[in-house]
This record gives sequence, structure tokens and C-alpha cells, in this order.
Amino acid sequence: MTQFNSGLADSPATSTLPKLLERNAASFGHSPGMREKDFGIWKTCSWQDYLGNVRDFALGLAALGFKRDDKLSVVGDNCPRLYWAQLAAQALGGIAVPVYQDAIATELVYVLDHAEVSVVVAEDQEQVDKILSLKDELPHLRAIIYDDPRGLGSYDDAMLQSVVATRRSGQAFGEANPDYFARELAQGTADDVAMIAYTSGTTGRPKGALLSHRNLIATSETYFKVETAKAGDNWLAYLPMAWVGDTIFSLSAALVCGVTVNTPESPETVRRDLRELGPHGIVAPPRIWESLLTDIQVKAADASWLKRRTYNYFADLARRRELMKSDRKPIPFATELAYRIGDVIVYAPVRDQMGLGNARWALTGGAPLGADTFRFFRSFGINLKQIYGATELSALACTQSDADADPNTVGQPVPGFEVRIDDAGEVQVRGPGVFVGYYKQDDATRAAMTPDGWLKTGDAGLISPDGQLAIIDRAKDVGKLSDGSPFAPQFTENKLKFSPFIREAVTFGDGRPFVTAMIAIDLSTTGAWAERRRLPYSSFMDLSRKPEVAALITEEIAKINTTLPEPNRIRRFLLLNKELEADDAEITRTRKVRRGFVAEKYAGVIEAFYSGAGNVEVTMDITFEDGRKTTLTSNIAIHGGSPAAGRKAA
Amino acid sequence: MSALEARTESVGGPVQLSVAGVAKRFGGVTAVQDISFDLRKGQILSIIGPNGAGKTSLLNMISGFYKPDSGRILLEDRDITRRKPSEVAALGIARTFQNIALFSGLTVLDNLMLGRHVRMRAGVFGSAIYWGMAQREEIANREVCEELIDFLKLQDLRKQQTGALAYGLRKRVELGRALALEPSVILLDEPMGGMNQDEKEDMARYILDVNQERGVSVVLIEHDMGVVMDISDHVVVLDRGRKIAEGTPAAMQREPAVIEAYLGTKS
Repeated sequence: MTQFNSGLADSPATSTLPKLLERNAASFGHSPGMREKDFGIWKTCSWQDYLGNVRDFALGLAALGFKRDDKLSVVGDNCPRLYWAQLAAQALGGIAVPVYQDAIATELVYVLDHAEVSVVVAEDQEQVDKILSLKDELPHLRAIIYDDPRGLGSYDDAMLQSVVATRRSGQAFGEANPDYFARELAQGTADDVAMIAYTSGTTGRPKGALLSHRNLIATSETYFKVETAKAGDNWLAYLPMAWVGDTIFSLSAALVCGVTVNTPESPETVRRDLRELGPHGIVAPPRIWESLLTDIQVKAADASWLKRRTYNYFADLARRRELMKSDRKPIPFATELAYRIGDVIVYAPVRDQMGLGNARWALTGGAPLGADTFRFFRSFGINLKQIYGATELSALACTQSDADADPNTVGQPVPGFEVRIDDAGEVQVRGPGVFVGYYKQDDATRAAMTPDGWLKTGDAGLISPDGQLAIIDRAKDVGKLSDGSPFAPQFTENKLKFSPFIREAVTFGDGRPFVTAMIAIDLSTTGAWAERRRLPYSSFMDLSRKPEVAALITEEIAKINTTLPEPNRIRRFLLLNKELEADDAEITRTRKVRRGFVAEKYAGVIEAFYSGAGNVEVTMDITFEDGRKTTLTSNIAIHGGSPAAGRKAA
Repeated sequence: MSALEARTESVGGPVQLSVAGVAKRFGGVTAVQDISFDLRKGQILSIIGPNGAGKTSLLNMISGFYKPDSGRILLEDRDITRRKPSEVAALGIARTFQNIALFSGLTVLDNLMLGRHVRMRAGVFGSAIYWGMAQREEIANREVCEELIDFLKLQDLRKQQTGALAYGLRKRVELGRALALEPSVILLDEPMGGMNQDEKEDMARYILDVNQERGVSVVLIEHDMGVVMDISDHVVVLDRGRKIAEGTPAAMQREPAVIEAYLGTKS
């Protein structure tokens, strides 16, 4: 195993991502650099071939006239070609602009136009169609390069060419200009901008955060001083490429540490691919941990009597042991012994089913994860830890050590980063990951930084006496009930989402007498529950209107309420008749609730919560995938006591 | 620009499948009477007509399930009129069934592999010890099936039993099973029957891809006129066992005989 020196970004031989690739090709040669599952088989590409592909692609871009500071966008599911394309652009001094593959045309056009993207690398026909439909609105666009040729045979747009053709023209260009690639690569410096990461934007238009090679490399390097990653480890790249965390792990950190990045066969096969691969580390947003937990709970409930009893016994044992551990109490010998037995018959098989049998660490970030969910995975022997970061911080600023993993904090700053809390309670960060600025939005950049160079994260938080950072909520979301008791909506929502039947929740309470919630049920678990009770239903909407389902959720909320401080208990709620959708702008592409927007859209609902109405007429805009819109008006019942009763109970 | 618009150009390769004056009687009932049409290479040809018009009987004769009482069926000048179904399949004509005919206890992959059966040469013994030719053959066949799984986006269902799949997906697997034969002509008997709008659109997309990307000529029986008019190059109209008209989709929509068969005439 090769040991790397520190300060990669400062050494001219390793100051950019493509230079790191060149170094890895030299030191690891024929060992696996990337692996892709295709046609049911994991196909390996060595570090040398990895570099060769990036070089050919870069020269192919050069043949198209792609120059320093030009922007290249990738749109599609994770696959090696899309990563090569980004490195190829960076090798020529260009900038990568990954965009969300499920973004609808109107969202895409804003980002592609704002970033002045000249080349788009699209995964398949679906993405190509989207880009072609926007062609007239994108004056900077010069070429669309596609990966999967299927269905594109009859397309004759002059802008279109295949990845294969790009590589071929790159080889020809390379023969005519033998030193071109080496010269361009050598010109790159650590302070060149490597990517523009468009923030998911819980408010307003997305902003493009400029991240330099130094940001990405130094952050990865310092992070993996406190976390283990060895050359030859395997990671699975399955999170949206547009999320900055994917660039950090699948490109930057993988290149810094020599980790083999694997890409799944299709988005639907990720869980199976994960299990086949058994990666050495994994990053997943809370959404995925929640759905993994729900899956386990459903499977356990559907198992035979003996299996169910065994699971329940050991899950409970693990939970009690985990609580003792986090309270730093001694664990009785009998408990420890039973846990060891449980590890063999329950925990290890569950870990294996999830594909986490080899994982030395598992990270959750991007949004808070409910404490009970967090403890569940730890109790089953998965080293789940919280990380804290932001797009403007290159994703990784704080992390937890194995010993201090705690659901209520996000750990300590990674070496090189510093964290402070300003007088208003806002978390501010300084360190190598702090971004260059927002692209073409200097006002926003100035607003995001303090005069002395700290990034204002917009999160409300506090630092515990032992130096652990705890995030309370988005600073602007924390409010007060009308009786003055503090109310943090996200905290309450995470409690709610621990119920397997609740997929999404939005709570209200700022300036109000009590807390209310809009709840979207989880179709798969609630549906399975209804089937077990022989309760027929036709659709999400139908299921959400069943009085039995309302009773079920009422019961779940009653349970959750016992874990909430008295004033923060949920008095009234309703069940949404559709899921919250990114296409309807209710949540971001990374599944964060766009609170301001939702409050505005459902103003009538919030009014009804507090006026005591028994039901409310809701008119919703629904956006189809192709951008068409329609409205849907329906009557939704409000559950829970009347506001008067609520106040009495409070 | 889109593939759908490209379909309006007429496709006219050499004649690939020729049906000449075929007739079939069951006891006293005449199911098919003196029907002739030509399928040209690369075409999508739709056979339409009211229930009982003889559409499925016609497909059954082409695929060798029924022997015509008179007339001839030629596949590229080769007479296949009296061939057995397995021989017709080996010559490159695959079909799907109106009622799904998959092995519901087998996985998607195994159903597709079974579709390769007529292309396999290894015997029971060779396959049992899985050595030499049998092994090479299995790997080559798996490659063909994996390519189809990719083509039909069935990756996540590869190892699932087909019996547990939703109806629309089973129809898709059945199309895959027919394609596993690597046919030059594919006969589709109501591939969209019982599907919702989304599933129909997907299936239409796959049929177009089968035709354009894989170069397979298609004979399609379908009741959804919207689909027929959108994707066909040529339409043959049957009524009570007789061909009453044929031509381009646009011409068929105006043809009085067709309108009469579908809507009845003013008395």
C-alpha cells in the first residue's frame, strides 16, 4: 500500500484531479480504477485505462474547440463515462457542472444557461431529448455528447455525437498534437475552478458554488486523515452526480486515496449491486437510511413466527446495549454475551442483506437523521456516523469519531477546519473547503461570508463542552410558539419520520398556539399494512383517505408525542393525498422540504389547522415529468382534537 | 427529430414474408378465407379487424400452429406452409401470445434463456456436465439474454419469478422471450391488451426500437387504433375471415370498407 504525503494540492504534480489520476495510473497501473456493472457483469477498468479514456475524451473535447474555463455539464445516472468526461474537461482547464438527472427541462435550462455550458454529456436518449428541446435557449451550447446510442440512430442534429466518436476523434487529435494533453494538464493549478455545484436551493433560484481543485483535494485529504480509506477499497457511486458529495467521494477522495469506484447497473438495482459489491465504506442521505430501516421492519413483520420473535428479541437487546454504550454505562456480561450470539444469528445476516458486511464506516449527511434510526444501525454493528457540511464547504467540514458517534451531534471539525457560533447562534466555518464564491453572484458571495473570512452556513447550532457541534435546525426555520416555547420544525419532523408509515412530514408552529403537521404516508409500508388487514385501496390518494389509516397515524403520532417536549407535541394533522414532489418544487432534488414554498402553497391548510375546521379544500398544482401542469382540487380531512381541546391539553 | 416522426417515411424493403391465398376452416366454420399480403423487410405491419375476424388464426398459420387448407406462406422464397412450429421458429419467426405464455415459476432470465432453446445444440448429457461446447454455448446464450435484459430494462427483475410480476412487465418479458430467438420476423398478438396508457406507451416504444434498432420486421395484432395508426407502416384489415382492405394507416382511416366494418353502415 502506498502512503501519500500531505499537501497534495501544493505539489505541482498532484494539484488537480486529473493530475491525481495520472499519478494513480503510474503507481497502481493495472489494478482496478473503476468498475461498472453492465449486462449483469462487473466490468473492471484499470487505472491506466481510466487515464487513457480520460485522455482520449479530453483530446476529443479539444477537437471540438473546448478550451480553458469552458464548462462541461454531465447529466445522467452514475457511470464511468460521465466521470471521465468531467476529468477530461478539468484536464484541459475546463469546469465540470454536473446537473440533476431527474431535473425537468425548466430547471435544467436555468443552470445550463447561467453556467454558460458549452458541452453537455448526456447519458441516453431521454436526456438528449431534454437538452435538444432547450437548444434554442442555450446560446453557449456547442455540442451534446451521448453515451448510450439506443434510439438515437435517426437523430441528425449536427451538435450530437457519441462518446465513442469523441474518443476516436480524440485519438486522431492526439496523433496530430502529441504533446497537447501533457501540456494542458501541466498548466492546471490547484486554484483553478474544478466544478460549479448548483445548490439545491431550499429558497429561490439555485446558486452556483465555485469549488477549486484545492477545495476538493484538500478537503478529501484532510478528511481521510481521520477516516480510513485504503488503495484498493471499493465504493459504490450511486448518489446523484450533481450533489457535491458525489464529486468529493467518487472523484476527489477516490483519486486521493486510490479507491476503486463502482457504478451500479441501473438506479433500480442499487440495493442488489450494493450487496454484491460489499463496499468498504458508504455515504447515504437520511432518506436512504430511513428506507433501509423501513425495509427491515417490514420484512421482520412479514417473517414467520419464530424468525419474528428472534428478530424482535435481539433488536431490543441491541437497542438497550446501544443506549448503555451511549450513556457510557458498563455493559453487563450477560448482555454482552447475548449480543455476541445475536451478532451471529441476526445482526451479521442483516448487515449482509444490506450489503454493509464489509463497510468500515457508513456516513449520513445532508440533513439530520432521526436519533432512533441512527441508533438502530449502530446497534446492529454498522459504524454509522454523521457528517456535516454544505455545498459551499465542499461537503465535509465535521465528522464523528467511531467512539463519539452520537445522533444528537455532527461531531468535531475535520483537521484544518474551524467552527464557531456567532452571537445569533449561527454556525460559521473556516477551512480549506470553503468555496471560491458563487458564479456571477458576487452579492450572494459577500452575503455568505463574514468580513473575516468565515462561511455563514445558515444553520443554528451549538458546541458542547467536549467540542461536538450540534445542529438544531436551519437558523431561519427555528421559531417560537405563541407561548414563547422554542419550536424547531425539522427536529419534530425527524421524530415523525421514524414511524415506518410516515414518509414525509412538514410541521408548523412558529407564532402559533400549538404544533400541527402535514403528513405524507409511506405507500409501500402503509400499503402492506392495509393488505394485511384486507383493506382494499386503489391509489395513494385513496389510501390516504381511509379512516383506518388516519387511526393508524393517530396512534403513531400519540407514540411519538410521548418523546417530544410537552409544548412541541402535535395536536392536529392531516394526511396529504399526494407525496411531496421535487417536480412540484415542494422538496429539493436532495429531498429537503422547501419550507417557505410549502407554507405559501398550503396557506389554506395552515389556516384550517388553527381555525378548527374539520376539513379543508386544497388546490394543488401538479407538474408532470414533461413539464405540463394541471391542478387538482380535493377535500382533505383534518385529524386530531379541535384547537380548543388542544389548548386545554397543553 | 424524434423517432416517431421518422416513421412517416414509407419503409419498403424486399418482400420478406408472403402470405398467398391462405384459407382455414374448422368444421363448417370458415375462419380465414383467401387472404394474401406481403410483409416487406423492416416494416411494421398491423392486422386489424373486429373480434372473430380471423387475425389470430392467421398468425397461427404463419407460425405453424395451424396448417392452412389452401394457399401458401413464403419466408424469403422458402415455403413454410407445412412446417412445424419449431421449424418455423428456427427459421427466424418468433411470436408472442395474446394470453401470456411464460413459465411463471421460472425467473425472467430463465424464461429468456428458454427462448434460446431452438438455437442450442448441446445435448442433455453435455449440458449436465457443463463442459466444452455446452459451456461455451451457455455463455454465448447468456450474453444474448443479458443484452435483451438491458434492451428491455429488466435489470432489476433478472432473478425474479415471472409469476410475481405485474401484467405489463410480464408482457415485456414475453417480448424478450420472443426476441431471444433472434428472429427476423416477430409476430405480436395484442402486446398491449389489458395495459394502461403508460404501459402502452412503453410497449409502443419497445416495438419501435425492436423494429428500428434490431431491424426486425413486425406483424402486429392490436385493438388500440391510436397505437396502430402511430407506429404501423402498413395496415391489413380483416372482417369475417376476409381481407377487406390494405394500405397505409392514413389511407385505411378513410377507406369506406374499413369504416363500414368498424362502425356498420346506415341501413
